[in-house]
Amino acid sequence: MSMIQPAELVGQTGTVVRSHVVKKILKNPLGLASVIVIVFMIALAVLANVLAPFDPNFANIGKTLAGGDTVNLLGTDSVGRDVWSRLVFGARTTLLSALLCAAVAIVIGLPSGLVAGYYAGKFDGVANWVVNVLMALPGIIVLLTVRAALGPSVWISMVAFGILMAPGYFRLTRTAVQSVRNELYVDAARVAGLGDTAIISRHIFSVVRAPIIIQTAVICGVAIAIQSGLEFLGLGDPSVATWGVMLNEGFKNIYLSPLLLLWPALAIGLTIGALVLLGNAIRDALEDAEKIKAPRRGSGTAQETLAATRHLPGRTSPAAVEAGTEHHLVKVSHLGVGYPQADGSIKKVVDDVSFHVDRGEVLGIVGESGSGKSQTAFSILGLLPDSARIVAGSIQFDGKFTVAPTDDRVSQARLGGYRGKRISYIPQEPMSNLDPAFTIGYQLVTPMVRVLKISKAEARKRALKLLDDVGIRFPEKTFNAYPHEVSGGMAQRVLIAGAISCEPDLIIADEPTTALDVTVQADVLDLIRDLQKRLGVGVILVTHNFGVVADLCDRVAVMQNGRLVEDGDVREILRNPKDPYTQKLLGSMLEDKEPMTMLVSGGMGAAQAAARDDDPDAKEMAL
Amino acid sequence: MVSFILKRIASGISVLVAISFFTYCLLYFSSANIARNILGEYASQAQVQAKEIELGLHRPLLSRFFEWAGNAVQGDFGASWFTSEPVVSAITTRLPVTLTLVIVSIVCIAIIATLLGTAAAVKRGWIDRLVQGAAVVGDAIPDFVLAIVLVAVFAINLKIFPATSSISPDAGSAAWVASMTLPVIALLINGIASIAQQIRSAVIKQLEKDYVRTLRSRGIPEWEILFKHVLRSAAPAGLTVLSLKFVGMLGGVVIIEQIFALPGMGALAVQSTSQGDIPLVMGVVLYTVIIVIIVNLLVDLINGWLNPKVRVS
Repeated sequence: MSMIQPAELVGQTGTVVRSHVVKKILKNPLGLASVIVIVFMIALAVLANVLAPFDPNFANIGKTLAGGDTVNLLGTDSVGRDVWSRLVFGARTTLLSALLCAAVAIVIGLPSGLVAGYYAGKFDGVANWVVNVLMALPGIIVLLTVRAALGPSVWISMVAFGILMAPGYFRLTRTAVQSVRNELYVDAARVAGLGDTAIISRHIFSVVRAPIIIQTAVICGVAIAIQSGLEFLGLGDPSVATWGVMLNEGFKNIYLSPLLLLWPALAIGLTIGALVLLGNAIRDALEDAEKIKAPRRGSGTAQETLAATRHLPGRTSPAAVEAGTEHHLVKVSHLGVGYPQADGSIKKVVDDVSFHVDRGEVLGIVGESGSGKSQTAFSILGLLPDSARIVAGSIQFDGKFTVAPTDDRVSQARLGGYRGKRISYIPQEPMSNLDPAFTIGYQLVTPMVRVLKISKAEARKRALKLLDDVGIRFPEKTFNAYPHEVSGGMAQRVLIAGAISCEPDLIIADEPTTALDVTVQADVLDLIRDLQKRLGVGVILVTHNFGVVADLCDRVAVMQNGRLVEDGDVREILRNPKDPYTQKLLGSMLEDKEPMTMLVSGGMGAAQAAARDDDPDAKEMAL
Repeated sequence: MVSFILKRIASGISVLVAISFFTYCLLYFSSANIARNILGEYASQAQVQAKEIELGLHRPLLSRFFEWAGNAVQGDFGASWFTSEPVVSAITTRLPVTLTLVIVSIVCIAIIATLLGTAAAVKRGWIDRLVQGAAVVGDAIPDFVLAIVLVAVFAINLKIFPATSSISPDAGSAAWVASMTLPVIALLINGIASIAQQIRSAVIKQLEKDYVRTLRSRGIPEWEILFKHVLRSAAPAGLTVLSLKFVGMLGGVVIIEQIFALPGMGALAVQSTSQGDIPLVMGVVLYTVIIVIIVNLLVDLINGWLNPKVRVS
């Protein structure tokens, strides 16, 4: 087998990866079980002549509907045929016919999918129409018609069914090829002078191979089911022993000998089940199973270890909250956030972070991606992913614990009273943060109706006012628009309007300008600053950009690898950064500019005013 | 929107014409001995020839097809060659049985699978494992094998339900429900298992979306996020599988009806195809395909209603 060959020899053909997949399938208990069942069935089929003591159609009229004994292992049917022999020969016919069906489907679906996906054009159009026709056909009715026309042969009906199943392969191949066709490496291969055939066989087959194997397992299962079904109806060829014919025979004698039903039903169920499981096992093996399983498994076992860690004395005693700091709007004390791993350990993403925000104050949390700044912000909002755990510390909002020192999760009940009403959120990516299925107006009105308990008409009036406040030129039009009908900058304004709609005390803005066009960024920052001044709210601004911090914040906290490395007054830190990481961040963000010049508000203001004159959103909407 | 519907109807009609022609061709080759079969063994050669001329069997394929199609367009599908019963009445007396069976099953599947799939996605834990396990078991056991097991256990051993029920719709609603219960269950299990699985992954995918977090941050109650926003966005994925299930079920129900001796389209399909009763087969195929086309159109319309982006394009 090529699997044993050294890696250098097999190189890029993917054989090494495949052997890895085979190992993974066999390691998965369900995968192993399915392989065993399928191998067993194949062995029955191949060795039928050896394993079966009788010809499948040999009838011993003197011994009908007998129970199992040493001669007839599983007994005999109503005309005295040996059940075991028929079962074994049935495996042969059933498996061969399933393979035939899959083979026909592959032979038709794969090449047509390749051509349609690779060359597109007219052939693609025609092929898609044919696929629509085939998919509108109810399988059994077609097979009944085919049987009426061409006779009751197992093989003919399986060829016909293969044709009906071809669209599955066609679509799969076509989609895969379409996605690969425009990849750079395929272009590169074409530039390098590779012919279409070489490109298809080298690059495209490697992409569609795995899905096709999975599809084949599924199709074989369906073929066995449908073929047995037809034969069960008495529409098969009665002279050929198959599991379906045996089911039919058993059903006729259901009152006399129910066991006759059991064996073929068991064989069918086991084989189809094994095929389905094998398909799943291959898919799991191909996906990176580890990554998906870890957080899910974590909920059970890791929670216990967590509970233990939380109760370690001295780790997070309530005394960690300093007395006399209750007047802060938000007080985060020694916060630790972690994610349970598959091995029971906890990966900390936030470690011993403490800071506070006062009313009307803007705190910037700065750090590069992965520094834990967003996780810290989401802990305050109570919007961490389900798998996240608070491993240490506490959070107080307006003097009350939202995360008490002994909690291992953010209490949704406690935060539910604050979220939307007193703490609000401006997300990073404007488009994905609006529900595409609802109008902007609906998404502004509903929170006000739910949180402020005002009427819809009242909320609508306020929403239009808010849209006007955040600088949207045609509030009515935007109110009735769906998210996909407005630009990114506009969507961000809508989200800011949503964040201030219920008059919060604290706004948490998570990289509010990162996803926007450079020309719009300054506008949005301006807007946040204006609103903050006017409403006197506290703001936590999460960002990686010291420029934004310099522009907006009163104080700044610098984070690196989940830890707070430095915090204090913005001017102080910009002028005199103590931590080397802060120095590095400042150096890279401000390039060669003097930090001081960034704080001269006149220069920034002029730049923003210039940007505002060129408001692309308003223009877009006016069109 | 109107042009979208018209386009879909036009493509539906083209599919219908193609399938009719293809089926007609297929049946043409099987109609060699049909006149003899209708008249029986003892009919004279002259009688057989007269019958062939009466049925138009001597004429070429295309002229026969166009005559049939011309009548069919006017709603005249002819009469059965064997029983002389008009095709339309033969189908309309049996269609309600099949449609009841399929529609009741699909509605039950949609409701139960949505609840189970959503619960599995939100609660995880044991219910998630149950749904995932059931999906494999449901996939593994074909409807009709399950039907046989149900008959063996509930009808023959426990005698709770009638094993076979050749009752007509006017036999009283209690008997009707009793005879429909087992067939519906047989159709349900597989469908619930596979669709719950689809709903589960669609809901999980939606729950991870950014907008869900933002809705939570706005103070919208969790139930409202789930039922108004998440399920709405997850629905198209479920609907698409459900419509495929519906098409599959129109075929699969043939076997189920035979097992429970229900007087639906299944019996008609089996009988007409095995006799080569061309008018009846064509009627069965056409009605089935028309139902499939209508269902697909409905699914497209619902998806358009659920997703404003589709509506625009």
